[in-house]
Amino acid sequence: MGAAIRSELTKLTSTRMWWVLALAMFGYLAFIGAVMAFSLTVAAGDSTAAVAPVEGEAAATTVYGLVNAVGYAFPLLAGSLLVTGEFRHRTIAQTLLVEPRRTVVLLAKLVVSVPLGLVYGLAGTVGIVATAAPVLAWQGDGAHLGSGDVWRVLGLTVVATVLWTVIGTGFGAVLTQQVAAIVVILVFTQFVEPIARVALGAIDGLGRVAVFLPGAAADGLIGSSFFGQLGDGELLPRWAAALVMLAYAAGFALVGRLTTLRRDLG
Amino acid sequence: MTSTTSTSTTSTPSAPAIEVEALTKVYGGLPAVDGLSFTVRPGAVTGFLGPNGAGKTTTIRMLLGLAEPTAGRALIGGRTYREHRRPATVVGSSLEPGFHPGRSGMDHLRSFAAPCGVGAARCRELVALVGLEGAEHRRVGGYSMGMRQRLGLATALLGDPPVIVLDEPANGLDPQGIVWLRHLLRQFAAEGRTVLVSSHALREVQHTVDDVVIVARGRLVHASSLASLADLAAVATYVSSPDGAALGRLVAHQAWRVAPHESGLLVHDVAAAQVGDAAFAAGVPLHRLEPRDVDLEEVFLRLTSPTSAPSATAPHPAAVR
Repeated sequence: MGAAIRSELTKLTSTRMWWVLALAMFGYLAFIGAVMAFSLTVAAGDSTAAVAPVEGEAAATTVYGLVNAVGYAFPLLAGSLLVTGEFRHRTIAQTLLVEPRRTVVLLAKLVVSVPLGLVYGLAGTVGIVATAAPVLAWQGDGAHLGSGDVWRVLGLTVVATVLWTVIGTGFGAVLTQQVAAIVVILVFTQFVEPIARVALGAIDGLGRVAVFLPGAAADGLIGSSFFGQLGDGELLPRWAAALVMLAYAAGFALVGRLTTLRRDLG
Repeated sequence: MTSTTSTSTTSTPSAPAIEVEALTKVYGGLPAVDGLSFTVRPGAVTGFLGPNGAGKTTTIRMLLGLAEPTAGRALIGGRTYREHRRPATVVGSSLEPGFHPGRSGMDHLRSFAAPCGVGAARCRELVALVGLEGAEHRRVGGYSMGMRQRLGLATALLGDPPVIVLDEPANGLDPQGIVWLRHLLRQFAAEGRTVLVSSHALREVQHTVDDVVIVARGRLVHASSLASLADLAAVATYVSSPDGAALGRLVAHQAWRVAPHESGLLVHDVAAAQVGDAAFAAGVPLHRLEPRDVDLEEVFLRLTSPTSAPSATAPHPAAVR
């Protein structure tokens, strides 16, 4: 198992994808952080709209929590690439030649996705804090970087990002076609889930279903939701949310093991 | 390139043999490999030959545990590939090699080193062995086909395996590369390793292999030493005479089967000595009397042609003189 993990780590770090994607995530969330911090402070101050303004520490946690709400496509993609890259470049045969125990190969990839997710979690949170904190401190009620609650949100955001990466790896094992996996992840995270959360939340009785969607579970884990601020306040308790995310990861990995990794490969 | 590949396992007195037993693989109702049985002995290079689509790669994939046989089994040293604890230290193999274009050759080797139980030193050693020095830190995306083949071979050798299985290793190699590969494979056999090399062209491996296993349409059509394969080749003698008419009469008298060839005749199924004796006896002057080279490719094509009936050991009728 140790050898398989070392093998996966070398594969991961010997191409540029992991840090290019991390850099993109940093840049994207720095941009989002600036835009959202402005819209919650400068723009909100100008508006006479009836929407209750988000203020104080809630403004800080709402903006910082966006790493999860808008950034989770990055760790999902990065995780899926750990598996789909092997199929795209046909290195999967060599991988299975040196380690024919396919469960070990999959587990090694899941293990490696944890430190990889940590990198994305840090890239995202550092990115958003780097731009949002100065704006909130300047125009809003402060950056609240001294607050334990804010640090808990930041820490849990990193944890959620790690879980997203593990889920992505499991998903890659289910859908090994790289382009298809990327398209499905982007469509799901950018369209399907946001719409489903709002739609299900609007229907009586189905709001309880929406909280089990992966993005909603991640919000539950962090305890702060951008969607929550839009009126859909219902979230799973933290422990249940973490379990739901782990269940997604385990479920995908299991399906991948029983389908993809059962086939003739290479 | 001067050093040998290995230091550790070559002292093994006898490398494991490969035993393929009634191996069958059915895809969508059609057998790609159909009851195939053969063995590959240590200390020799065995050519695994057949036209494209004969089932060579499918057989190798089953041998290496990448594909599950529909029936039968393929064993290495009495065990299936996946039953070996560290199979890459027993069997070194290179299928059509896949590489991440953005990864350097050295990093490709390092990526697979740990499960083979080796480190960076072995990777550097192999880079030298396959002649990729100076290119090992460049990305594989910029490698030529021949360089990729060399890198694939280096990957196969990571675990210093006593059994080596290579699928079409000569593809993409330039003539110097093919000579280099030949020497390397001969050296492996001399070290006592078991070497199986597939090819769709006998000519490519004719000077490399000791034994041949020939398949067509998923079935075994011939397995023997290369020398025994040569026995199946049709004999022919090229002969020319300044007295064409006299030669013509001799041919008619002997009822030889001939074809015009260059300035003389090609006499089929008759050895040069026999032609010479008959001409001498008949007083026909000969200027040229040459045994034609044994054309193994012709035997190979005949054995694998769609009309040829599969026969594992029976000599071809043409060889019966």
